[in-house]
Amino acid sequence: MTSPRKAAPSSSRYPASIRENGLDNLVLCTATAEQLEIAGFGAWTADNAARLEVAIEDANPNEAKRMAIDMGGVAELDTFGAWILERLMRGDGRARQVSLIRLPERFRDLVEDVRQTNRSVLPSIKRRAWPLARLADIGAVVEAAAAEGNRLASLAGALVALFGGALLDPRRFRLTAIVHQLDRVGVRSVPIIVLITLLIGAIIAQQGFFHFRRFGADDYVVDLVGILTLRELGVLIVSIMVAGRSGSSYTAELGSMKMREEIDALRTMGRNPLEVLVLPRIVALVVALPLLALIGSMAALVGGGVVASMQGMEPSLYIARLREAVSISDFEVGMIKAPFMALVIGLVACAEGFQVRGSSQSLGARTTSSVVKAIFLVIALDGFFAMFFSSIGM
Amino acid sequence: MAETDVSPAIEISELVVAFGDRTVLDNLSLQVRAGEILGLVGASGAGKSVLLRTMLGLTAKTNGRIVIFGVDQDKATALELQKLERRCGVLYQQGALFSSLTVLQNIEFPIREYLDLPNRLMREVATAKLEMVGLKAEDGEKTPSELSGGMTKRVALARALALDPAIVFLDEPTSGLDPIAAREFGVLIRTLQRTLGLTVFMVTHDLHALDTICDRIAALAESKIVAIGSMPQVLGSADPWVKSYFRDVRSAPARGPAIS
Repeated sequence: MTSPRKAAPSSSRYPASIRENGLDNLVLCTATAEQLEIAGFGAWTADNAARLEVAIEDANPNEAKRMAIDMGGVAELDTFGAWILERLMRGDGRARQVSLIRLPERFRDLVEDVRQTNRSVLPSIKRRAWPLARLADIGAVVEAAAAEGNRLASLAGALVALFGGALLDPRRFRLTAIVHQLDRVGVRSVPIIVLITLLIGAIIAQQGFFHFRRFGADDYVVDLVGILTLRELGVLIVSIMVAGRSGSSYTAELGSMKMREEIDALRTMGRNPLEVLVLPRIVALVVALPLLALIGSMAALVGGGVVASMQGMEPSLYIARLREAVSISDFEVGMIKAPFMALVIGLVACAEGFQVRGSSQSLGARTTSSVVKAIFLVIALDGFFAMFFSSIGM
Repeated sequence: MAETDVSPAIEISELVVAFGDRTVLDNLSLQVRAGEILGLVGASGAGKSVLLRTMLGLTAKTNGRIVIFGVDQDKATALELQKLERRCGVLYQQGALFSSLTVLQNIEFPIREYLDLPNRLMREVATAKLEMVGLKAEDGEKTPSELSGGMTKRVALARALALDPAIVFLDEPTSGLDPIAAREFGVLIRTLQRTLGLTVFMVTHDLHALDTICDRIAALAESKIVAIGSMPQVLGSADPWVKSYFRDVRSAPARGPAIS
């Protein structure tokens, strides 16, 4: 290696103490009455920077009125060493005399370059007092929540307008895109949804048998499974699954399209991104989720039936009992909720996707918050529906 | 010219890289001397990036030997390789800045990973690097998504130089920059190369950069280095691809007055 900063030092230049310790000592300080002498040795490089800084601070250079820095013994110098030298020369702003001697010619450019840096003082960030800062945090959260509500409402409004326009001109519905999205969020999620809801139905039935048997009320397990899955759990579980599976992928897709300026490209081609990207996705979700909820509810009933037959209840008896226990209104209550759930999931997912900014971190954060918000809203909405249906007597 | 005194920083001999039955680099040999700026040119798809990635150990080679600063990539231990990597800086074509970190944090990242330095010293050195590549200290607080193309390249260069490497690999450092910014960037590389004593290996298509800042030029065509040497030497090459690539430069002196 013959780069300029890597020339071999002639060892005779080093004092005995340096020679004994190898090149371990980076500086040698001699304080006399009139001045402080700091002599540098060895490699003033990145690897030694931490030690070098400590060694120089030990010499307490900022107290000295006059200082001489001898760089003649320094064999290697990089930006780290050059900056430490520069900092030493600048001191802490007190008036004093500093002389730099025997700086090897090959380091001169680097030292000169580094001298130009770190000149500006960055404005320090103002910190508020603790109670004020907490209040400001709370205010920011409220403001963000209001902005979020505003975004969802305006996205919903824009979609209603688009939907209305598309009804007048059906070609704007983009059938191909809708079918493609239906395949992705609907058909492809059938296996996992069937599996999960089947297990849920089986677990409910198993728990029911375990507890109801003590009262000799085996038959009511069928009521439990039937009403619970048709009214509440079928659609709720399916909605949560869809929020996690499809909502997150909507957010990630739209977010990465936003990052790569694909959405801007679409806009400059005179196409409304809401019409091209969002409407097909949400329409597909609104169509697919009720169907998935239906399939999920049926699978849960089957799961309950499997456990029932394992517990000694004849399948024919299970079906007959089911017919008595559940009414069509239980089924209606469940299915009416499904499209609203889909709408909420789709709106949140797309709104979050459009919120992604340049960094990969924001993509991750938005995807997470899309799923969390969608699941929260789905459960909250389910609560409101429960109150609504009970007050109208369904 | 004391060319023989200069020990090679990188020595590549009989390098073969093949993907399946497609041979991208075939028996390629190349030496990069310590302290020089070597520019590599080649048609798109000729294997420049593959060569660069193979040198960095990102792509596996089929055969041959790559020795960087006396460290043979095949024989070196993991520790030796890590030491070697610390002495190499890479500027990726798109910058490859970490988008979740600020500019200053991006430059601090390699320092933080390799050295145990106090925060203040680290921040000051990172700011010094930022200013050495021609940016302002305030730019350190920006995030990579707020930077223009030229600034991204500069920050990426500052990050590549963060640990004061002995060699930097630049992948098309001036692509995507306007001619003025490209020229400034070229001058910057040259200046830093002199002050920091760097060896620079750059892949570039910028004829101006090749002419003004590169000490030597290597031309990659048909999986081999077909010409290597200073600009006049390469211009004198008989290889048809090299001839057509540098056609404009050859005729430039004739057109010179008309342009100025």
